[in-house]
Amino acid sequence: MSEAQATYNYKVIRQFSVMAVVWGIVGMLMGVVVASQLVWPELNFGPYFTFGRLRPLHTNAVIFAFGGCALFATSYYVVQRTCHARLWGGPLIPFTFWGWQLVIVLAAITLPLGMTQGKEYAELEWPIDILIALVWIAYAIVFFGTIAKRTVSHIYVANWFYGAFILAVALLHIFNSAAVPVSLTKSYSAYAGVQDAMVQWWYGHNAVGFFLTAGFLGMMYYFVPKQAGRPVYSYRLSVVHFWALIFTYMWAGPHHLHYTALPDWTQSVGMVFSLILLAPSWGGMINGIMTLSGAWHKLRDDPILKFLITSLSFYGMSTFEGPMMAIKTVNSLSHYTDWTVGHVHSGALGWVAMVSIGSIYYMLPRLFGKPQMYSVKLITVHFWVATIGVVLYIAALWISGVMQGLMWRAVNADGTLTYSFVESVKASYPFWTIRVIGGLLFLTGMLIMAYNMVRTMAGGVRVEAPILAPAGHHA
Amino acid sequence: MDINDLRSLTTVISMLTFLGIVWWAYGLKSSRKRFDEAAMLPFSEEAVDRAELGLADRQLKGKAS
Repeated sequence: MSEAQATYNYKVIRQFSVMAVVWGIVGMLMGVVVASQLVWPELNFGPYFTFGRLRPLHTNAVIFAFGGCALFATSYYVVQRTCHARLWGGPLIPFTFWGWQLVIVLAAITLPLGMTQGKEYAELEWPIDILIALVWIAYAIVFFGTIAKRTVSHIYVANWFYGAFILAVALLHIFNSAAVPVSLTKSYSAYAGVQDAMVQWWYGHNAVGFFLTAGFLGMMYYFVPKQAGRPVYSYRLSVVHFWALIFTYMWAGPHHLHYTALPDWTQSVGMVFSLILLAPSWGGMINGIMTLSGAWHKLRDDPILKFLITSLSFYGMSTFEGPMMAIKTVNSLSHYTDWTVGHVHSGALGWVAMVSIGSIYYMLPRLFGKPQMYSVKLITVHFWVATIGVVLYIAALWISGVMQGLMWRAVNADGTLTYSFVESVKASYPFWTIRVIGGLLFLTGMLIMAYNMVRTMAGGVRVEAPILAPAGHHA
Repeated sequence: MDINDLRSLTTVISMLTFLGIVWWAYGLKSSRKRFDEAAMLPFSEEAVDRAELGLADRQLKGKAS
């Protein structure tokens, strides 16, 4: 081994990993704030800090700032390590980091000011949309450029998922954000009426399918085997899992528009494809969990594995719940209620956040040349605090959601409504309070993680791991 | 040809493609070795795994956090 060895690019991974934790805290704090505003309406300080303006800030911060940074960090780590090649792209690499941070800061400024396109998860105005597109194209060039210069013949399955996530998000973002600008801060959608709604939810559900699923499955396919110390349960299953997701996810969007002006047949197509999605989702979940088969004892004292495997359990739960809620008759009860919000958080906190947290705990010591995190015990504390938080959150919203649905549809013998809307709001208060407590617990877990991270970083060497010729592989 | 024929055709071709992929993954003997090799990719550089944990010079005793 020579001294002047080529190394992997870990700098950008360190930057994205640290910012994932920082934005996680910011985004989840916003979540606790908006949840508190529902319980204590006095906390709405107009016009900038009202629920209506802070809620999109919360969703953007947790999905794109926290989730996005975690995806950038892990994809850059996984693609280098499984391709045995240093990141390709020169100045494009720091551009993806600084560009993405700029997008986040601009979101944090414009959303409270009320500048919005009004599309859920695509609120940002057109100049920011253009910046997002540029960063994303740079990301694609770096990622696929690195794959192209790999020194092994195979492309590991995690990279397929990351690659699909990058391509699909580019497609979704560019088409859904098409708009006619009227000023620097105001634009109107390029589509109108029901077509606009359909494009929005084609985007919206695929944001769930590709941003919040495919990318994080990439994490699962690398970090679960690594932390468990054994290859994935079935590589063949992972191939079918991948293609089944790709073939079905694109069609599920209409289930967000049941009983609207969208044609009935389109709603039914959305419902059927959502039901089909149960199969690949569970195939992937089983593949991840079964990777531990024969090594279940590791789960007992390894908190990182606890995070990863619990995240898969929540993935299984929410991908069962999702197809059920996509059935029209179930949807007629669940839609527009807290049940939907609970379902989203079962996926977002239980699956997305937990798999990210586990993966970041795996990477942090390695990025700073430490044999392990500063305190493994604190990871265990984080795990339990977070798990109790998620369970409180989703259980509370299941109850309030079903209750709201039942109250809204209840009719008297003469056909009049049994309850006024405000009565359902009043009945929801206790559950909204439990939600605040659940959210606070999850946020506390992130603060514990930040402390553990800072202590791990202190005095750490910024290692750049050497690139070694892979054994038994040739290009 | 009516645009709807084209739509049906696309659906059928997609389905056949997917079935082809399933056959490629599970039915084809030669895929087996390929996949077994690919599955081991995360474990192909143990020396780097040690180096990044700062354990390059020490004996590794299953200390991965």
